[in-house]
Amino acid sequence: MSTMLQVTGLSHRYGTGEHAHVAVNDLTFTVETGELSCIVGPSGCGKSTLLRCISGLITPTGGEVSLHGDRVTGVPEDLAVVFQDYSRSLFPWLTVRQNVEFPLRWKKSRAERRERSEEALEWVSLPGVGGKYPWQLSGGMQQRVSIARALARRPALLLMDEPFASVDAQTRFELEDLLRSVQLQHGSTILLVTHDIDESVYLGDRVLVLSKSPARIVADLPVDLPAERHQITTRESANFVSLRAEVARLLQGGTPAEPAAGVVSEKPS
Amino acid sequence: MNHFLGFLRKWSLFFGAVVLWELATRLAEDPFFPPPTTILDKIAELWFSAPATRLFLTDDVYQDILPSLGRVFGGWSIAVVLGVGLGTALGRSRTGMDYVGPLFAFMRAIPPPTLIPVFLVLLSIGTSMKLTTIVFGSIWPILLNTVDGVRSVNATQRDTARSFRTPQHYWIAMVVLPAALPKIFAGLRLSLSIALILMVVSEMVGATDGIGYELIFAQQRFDFPAMWSWIVLLGVLGYGLNALLLVVERRMLSWQPSTGATTAKTTGA
Repeated sequence: MSTMLQVTGLSHRYGTGEHAHVAVNDLTFTVETGELSCIVGPSGCGKSTLLRCISGLITPTGGEVSLHGDRVTGVPEDLAVVFQDYSRSLFPWLTVRQNVEFPLRWKKSRAERRERSEEALEWVSLPGVGGKYPWQLSGGMQQRVSIARALARRPALLLMDEPFASVDAQTRFELEDLLRSVQLQHGSTILLVTHDIDESVYLGDRVLVLSKSPARIVADLPVDLPAERHQITTRESANFVSLRAEVARLLQGGTPAEPAAGVVSEKPS
Repeated sequence: MNHFLGFLRKWSLFFGAVVLWELATRLAEDPFFPPPTTILDKIAELWFSAPATRLFLTDDVYQDILPSLGRVFGGWSIAVVLGVGLGTALGRSRTGMDYVGPLFAFMRAIPPPTLIPVFLVLLSIGTSMKLTTIVFGSIWPILLNTVDGVRSVNATQRDTARSFRTPQHYWIAMVVLPAALPKIFAGLRLSLSIALILMVVSEMVGATDGIGYELIFAQQRFDFPAMWSWIVLLGVLGYGLNALLLVVERRMLSWQPSTGATTAKTTGA
């Protein structure tokens, strides 16, 4: 496995002097190629700031981010972001297909764009809606469109900022499974930020637990669950239950309690 | 059938008023108020009495109506290009409006017809005087609405476009302008009716042809049916131009979930 993303000593401070607010403090971690990593942290701990630093949307005040070995300055070419607010992230004046093709507009020919958008819409199980406008689709379908748009770009790293926080529970389960299967099929490298403990354990190959603001990494837990997950059986498995309890404890206290039986806390080789 | 009922509901009051007017004017026999049927006869004689080889259109149509329409469209088009262009630049600039805002507020507060004497002195009687008057009067709603519209691009849309490294001209053409379009259209409709008014007024004071000139000329030679004919023509033109623009607006804003609501909102002026 090669390292896709390397974050070293990342800090970000908003403002200066007395009113300065440190959102992220000295974060160091890596994301391996083909891995789905989840970052879980309490609300307002600086998760979004972290993601914006990684995506190059803001320049961190300290530390450094590198994507497949290249230092990130500005938005990297082969990166895509899926935002929480799909209704604002999708362009309402473009049809679903035009939205998905948007990031390819200045890079690919018309035929190639069409081919890629059809393909990406199929990946997210939305064939045949290309001609509709986003508002004609349900919230869950809209978020799938924005996932398709990100995938159509074939990013080396896909960043997701609380992507399922604005849909209902049922849809959320569907989207989680969809993301897992897309990731397994295409070996995408995904870094997903969430405040939902269950979601982070269910989705991740690995969970990074952040502390309260300013964010720092409290634990880096490998998720020892089978690659194929199931909303009911996975969630009732002993591994899942103890792992989510451990994450919850870490989030509450900041220090790990006695290691729960059956949960491996070493890094995978 | 429903269409017919709708048509009836929409127009019954209008036709009722015309019939009432006909009766009242026939009873009153006032030379200043000829009956609508007399006006219609005059209209037929004035504009549609030419031989078939000339499509029945008289010299008046070619020598007065077409030049007037040319002035409206010419002046309005210049205002649209300048207004949208300047408005986009100012809307995107963070401080631009801070500098020019008070100046614009002052200039748009000047009733445009009052500047006709100034333009008459500067540019003398001619097309440039009329165009200048129309441009100066009709640019403000377009300009200010464009600024407003351009600013309505939300932060998530901005981040999305940035995360795809959207080149500048795609950003403007595919995000900024479409986002601003509903507001721009509200401005366009307001400015079109202002352009029509200014065309007539400028032709009334300084012209040797055009609708405004003929209107005044008919009044001066006590040809009241002709005077009313030109007034009716202006009403029809105003109605037709607005309807035409509405059709274009509906087409271009067909992506909006409820175009009906926005049209209702932008009526007036």
